[in-house]
Order: sequence, then C-alpha cells, then structure tokens
Amino acid sequence: MDRFFTLDHGPCTLDKEVIMVLTNETIQQRLTEKFGELVFHFEESYGMLSFEASKENNLKIIQFLHDDAQLGFRFLTDLCAVNFPDQPGRELAVVYHLHNLTENVRIRFKVFTNITGPDIFTASKLFASANWMERETYDFYGVNFVGHPNLKRILNVDEMDYFPMRKEYPLEDQTRVDKDDEMFGRG
Amino acid sequence: MTEQYQNHIKLPEGSIEKQTTTLNMGPTHPATHGVFQNIMELDGERIVSAVPTIGYIHRAFEKIAERRPLYQITPLTDRLNYCSSPLNNMGWHLTCEKLLDVKTPKRVDYLRIIIMELSRISDHLICNSIVGVDTGAYTGFLYVMQYRELIYEIYEEVCGSRLTTNIGRIGGFERNFTNTAFTKLEKFLKEYPSVLKEFENLFTRNRIFMDRTIGTGGIGAERALNYGFTGPNLRAAGVDYDVRVHSPYSSYEDFDFKIPVGKTGDNYDRFLVRNEEMWQSLGIIQQAYQKVQEFKGEEAEVFHANVPEYYLPEKEDVYTKMEALIWHFKIIMGEVDMPKGEVYHSIEGGNGELGFYLISDGGRTPFRLHFRRPCFIYYQAYPELVTGGMLSDAVVTMSSLNLIAGEMDA
Repeated sequence: MDRFFTLDHGPCTLDKEVIMVLTNETIQQRLTEKFGELVFHFEESYGMLSFEASKENNLKIIQFLHDDAQLGFRFLTDLCAVNFPDQPGRELAVVYHLHNLTENVRIRFKVFTNITGPDIFTASKLFASANWMERETYDFYGVNFVGHPNLKRILNVDEMDYFPMRKEYPLEDQTRVDKDDEMFGRG
Repeated sequence: MTEQYQNHIKLPEGSIEKQTTTLNMGPTHPATHGVFQNIMELDGERIVSAVPTIGYIHRAFEKIAERRPLYQITPLTDRLNYCSSPLNNMGWHLTCEKLLDVKTPKRVDYLRIIIMELSRISDHLICNSIVGVDTGAYTGFLYVMQYRELIYEIYEEVCGSRLTTNIGRIGGFERNFTNTAFTKLEKFLKEYPSVLKEFENLFTRNRIFMDRTIGTGGIGAERALNYGFTGPNLRAAGVDYDVRVHSPYSSYEDFDFKIPVGKTGDNYDRFLVRNEEMWQSLGIIQQAYQKVQEFKGEEAEVFHANVPEYYLPEKEDVYTKMEALIWHFKIIMGEVDMPKGEVYHSIEGGNGELGFYLISDGGRTPFRLHFRRPCFIYYQAYPELVTGGMLSDAVVTMSSLNLIAGEMDA
C-alpha cells in the first residue's frame, strides 16, 4: 500500500468562497472582452452558463476556453448534437459541455449549423476524447467534422445510408400489424 | 448485399507477405467479458497496433427515449452499465428531479445512498475479481460472487428484481424499505468486511498478481484527462476528481469519506483504487444506515417526496378516490407535460461520471436525451494503453478498465 495515498475530505470541505472565484459572470465578461459580438445568447439554466457562437468560430473559442489561464476549461465532459427541424438554417446544434476541474465550474457551449452543409471544425486535435464523441455525432446526426482523422460510423453498421437520430426518422409505430412477429413470440 | 459480403472475405493486399500477424480478438472472446472486437497487429506477442470496433449491441436508447415518458426511461438506463443498474436509475431520477425542481426528503436521500453505494460495491467487486480471473486466479471471483448475491437480495427486497432493477421512482422509492431489507443489509455489513479483507489478502501482495499488473496499461494524469477519463480510472492516474465531492447530490455532503487516488494509472493502481473505494463505500453505507435509523415515528415512514404529478398515488386511493384514479391514469399513459428546460446532471457511476443531458420542449417526452457514458469515452484510449505491450497484458488492461459493452453501445 506504499504507492497509495488518499485525499482527505471531511464533511463539506469544499469552501464555496475559495472554490467559486470563477463565476458565470466572470466567464461571460472574459468571453465578451475577447470575442465581442462573436459570442452571444448567454443564459443560465439550472446554474450552468450556456452560450452560443457561429460555427466558424467554434474551435477558436474552445481553444481560448482551454488555454486561458483564468478560464482553464481543460476537460471535455460531453459532446453531442441536437436536431431542431423547426428552425430553418439552424437545424443542427452541436453541444459541448466543458468543465474546469480546479474551479469546479461547468459550461455549455453550442454552435448551430444548417442541415444541408453541416460542416464544423473538429475538436479532436485539442481533446483526444472528442474523437469518438464526434464519430458518434456524425453517425447519428451527420455532422461533418472538418479535419477529423477518422470520421466514420461507430455504433451503426457501415452500410447505413441515413442518420437515424434526426427527427425526420420517427420511431417505428408500436401498433403496426403488417410485421410477422412469430419468431419473436409475439405473433 | 451478396456482392458486399463477398468483399469481406477477400484477403487484404500484401497480407501474405507482411511480417506481422493480424489477430482478431473478439467480438465474442472468453477473455473480453463482453462484446468487444479488437483487430490487433502483433509482432510475435507484442502489440503493434489495435483498432477497436464497438456497437455490436447498440439498442438506440437515445432514440427510444424521445418517445417515452420519463418513468419509462428508467428501464432503459438499467441496461447501460448493468453491473450497477441502481446507480444509473438514481442518476436518471436525480436528473428528472432537477428538471422538475423536486426536493427530496433527507430520508430518501440516505436510502438512495445506501442503494447507490451497495451497487458501487457490486460493480467494483465484479471488476476487480475479473482482473483476478484474467491474471489466473479464479478463486477470488468465485468466492466473492456469493457475497454479491447478498447485495442482489437487498435489491430484490426493495424493488423486486436483481440485475435490471428499475429501482426507485421520481421523488423517492416505489415502497418503503421493509424490515427484511434492513436485516439483509445488516447481514451484509457484518459479513462483508472480512470477505473483502480476505479478497485483498489473495491479491494485493500476491507476487504473480503484482508482476502481471504493475507497469502494464498505465496512463499519465495529463493524457487521462485529455482522453476524458473519469471515475476510478482517472483517480488511479492521480487526479482527485469525484462527482460525489465536487458536485454533491443526494446529500453526499453529509457524509465523511475519503477518495483514494493512485499514482501511475496502471492496472495495479486501478485495482487498489477500486478496493479502497469499496471500503469507503462500506463506511458510507454504515453512516447512512445509522442516519436512517435516527428517523422515528412518522418521519420513518417517509420514502418519497410529494410530487403527485409524477409519483403514482397509493393503490387504495386509486380504487376509492376520483382524483387519485385520474393521476394514476395520466402518469401510466405518459400524459403529464413536463416543464420546458435544459439540464445536465451527472453522478459518480460505477466506472466514471455518468451524465444525462436532457432537453425538454414542454412536451410529454424528452425532446433530446443524451447519455454521457463514461466507458464509451475512455475506451478510445485503449489502443494507446496496450500498444507496445504484450497481448496477455492487453487482456488484463481491458478488464481493469471496467468496460461494460451495454453502456458503451447504448
């Protein structure tokens, strides 16, 4: 057990005043200082700061969030896409959840793209974890991550010729009767 | 189709002349403990490269979830990391409660913590004993299985099922814990420490085990963070990140526990971290059980929050009262609208940060639900972990990463 040490943690040792120097306001301020009009739609939902940028600038902003000494969002928690069929020109959103582990602050960052040319710069050069998450996003939504080293399907079969999580592909009707289900014990 | 499949049988260019061997490990191989395929290039027994293929048991949970009311998504989460289903269930309930702004009573929180820590123990127990199996010690695995059974019996008493538990409801539990459940918990708390001690004695200072695991499959803290590692695997690499401490949920802030952190991130450190976590979980369960016992009288009967729109009414009321009958019908048929909102909630799952990203447009089903599945994200580091090592070490590395195919493929 000599190679092993434990981090002491009593009840409530996370002192809020010490930990929370990076507030949502300071993040917003820092971002608008740097990017001005390029970042917009700041909002706070359930305590998490969320903002938007145009898709051309996504990598620039993620790089800044990662490198900036004050912000330091060096952990990519999650990357996924959302399909909004009712928003012409903004049908697909790619959502990044970033985490500053030392300050323990999370943010959500979105870029929107149209569905006819869904090209977005890849974050896989910055975060190795983005590699498969982007492949998954491509697989289900058809977002084309420009510069990705190996953008191909990951969970679905290679032969699939559509992107199944888009809203235009509804789930199979549960009440359909034309299918022969005898083999599965439901016939 | 026929033409396509003919292409699959063709030997690749130059495959006869080349100096290395291609080995297809998986999809169903006894040493992979799940549906994993790795196409490995071997130079003798040394791995030159590995290409993982996943998705063999993809079941489109995210798509299905877009057509299901909240309570029907819980059984889907069972089938993610099926070694610790209750953790997934609780994570999902907590996400819903965050969206619906439900405040759960303390007793519910503590009962949930008992269940969550029990399932963390059962998860780590499987993982560590499987590492033992892959290094040639079957005994530990067989020995601890009967004690995992004790945990499953507690689940059974609380929710009626063992593996895919569907335990708890939005706002609390489906029923109060029975005395039998507490008796079983006491039995487990009494018997388990000596079992874990003996399990450790079999492995921790075992010469063969140490030789096999120390220095294999290691990863540094910087790389681990870049690869999105979370949970015991990240902590073994030396990063002190635990969701239970950083963003406490379900009243974890009321408990006194330590987070074990390793140094080298190799297989041995991962094993040690998991072992120590089991001890810590035991401590948390003991504290929680004590706190639960302190509730007396009416307070001891509380097992759910007051959320009539999502929590099924008492069966007796359904038969006798009009309003209860209406709510029962509305909930069962999934006809309750949820508030509009966007929420990300994460818990410390068995193998890392299990996150739920839920977007609601005010309808009856989620507009979009995304699972942050920890092992899907960190499995992509596998080629880097095993390249340059021996094939036999790659098997141990795979099991010590605690990869669960069900979670990876969603």
